[in-house]
Amino acid sequence: MEIKVLGPGCPKCKKAEKIIKEVVSESGSDARVEKITDMMEIASYGIVSTPAIVVNGEVKSKGKIPKINEIKAWLKM
Amino acid sequence: MNLFKNMTPVLLKGDRIVSNKIMMLASITGSIAAVLIWWGVYKNLHAASKFLTYSIFKVEQGTHFGFALEFFFYDLPKVMMLLTLVVFGVGILRSFFSPEKTREMLAGKSEFAGNILAALLGIVTPFCSCSAVPLFIGFVTAGVPLGVTFSFLIAAPMVNEVAVALLYGLLGFEIAAIYMGTGLIIAILAGWIIGRLHLEKYVEDWVIQANGDATSISQDKMTWEDRIVYGWETVKEIIGRVWIYMVLGIAVGAAIHGFVPENFMASIMGKDAWWSVPIAVVIGVPMYSNIAGVIPVVEALLGKGAALGTVLAFMMSVIALSLPEMIILRKVLKPRLIFAFIIIVASGILVVGYLFNILI
Repeated sequence: MEIKVLGPGCPKCKKAEKIIKEVVSESGSDARVEKITDMMEIASYGIVSTPAIVVNGEVKSKGKIPKINEIKAWLKM
Repeated sequence: MNLFKNMTPVLLKGDRIVSNKIMMLASITGSIAAVLIWWGVYKNLHAASKFLTYSIFKVEQGTHFGFALEFFFYDLPKVMMLLTLVVFGVGILRSFFSPEKTREMLAGKSEFAGNILAALLGIVTPFCSCSAVPLFIGFVTAGVPLGVTFSFLIAAPMVNEVAVALLYGLLGFEIAAIYMGTGLIIAILAGWIIGRLHLEKYVEDWVIQANGDATSISQDKMTWEDRIVYGWETVKEIIGRVWIYMVLGIAVGAAIHGFVPENFMASIMGKDAWWSVPIAVVIGVPMYSNIAGVIPVVEALLGKGAALGTVLAFMMSVIALSLPEMIILRKVLKPRLIFAFIIIVASGILVVGYLFNILI
């Protein structure tokens, strides 16, 4: 599984990355978490608000820090 | 809220509707009580500030220091309370909007009507200047005209709830309304002019090529409870970010109130000093300061004879244009467009400054 955190470096983006990494390591999932700051790549997902979370190529959340329950639900997919 | 949530499982399933009603009633009475308490405290702030200064701290009445301290103890809680209320309200309002929805509404809009709509949406759409670049790309590639995008980008930071709440609390309804109104007009006209000038070729080439897939992502359904939580989160986030600037600003403002002689500012920032407006703009544009710290100082300066237009121009240029924002936007705009953007907005602010110095 591949999780991308899209964000140019806003405070919320950093928090989103941190919380996802924590949930992933707690759950023992093998998901890879990657922070994307490249504008071209961020734009290619068609999102306007950051941070956005992309799980296996699909935009799951945008403009907010995801809740722990949401992240857990993605990891179970 | 959580208290009631934990109570529900105790009730039988058939009682769910009843329990929902109880919850509704409880939250309505809770809200009314909160507003009443808020109002009661708010009304008594003046007496409390006097009591704190002269009875608790035993400062002598009629001294400069006593006056400054009383002012500080009055303004700080007052502004904090107003800010909490306004930010909470705007937070609830914002939960109905998102940048994605705004983009959908603006895509393909005609120029002038589009500019007006964009400036208005700039007030209610959740926006952080840190994500101005993805927003710009997302808007432009989805067919929002360049000038309309700029109207949004000018209005969103300038006409914000922190500025309006502080202006209302410190300077009254009229000046808050003047600020909002002129801010919107500048955003509409500046965006419209940028559109008319056809500056599209000065957007970085890669932005146009970026094929943002503008299919909208389904919006999460929000319940009223979610919106209230969202409102509170907004309050915590914004107060957490601005309180320190506010304390500093009010402290400086209080010192000016207590110690600077009456009419001291009249010769430097008064109506007759015609050069004060452009200087205010030139100093304000590159300056990046938190608005929560600027407004209390500005209020104190007004009390010492500074002219409203000059002060308005200074505030607007500090908020609307800043060096860090230009550096962020440089990623998507060529220097000529950034330059045109600064000149057009700064001219608008100049006009507003002179207009109010002449009229009032």
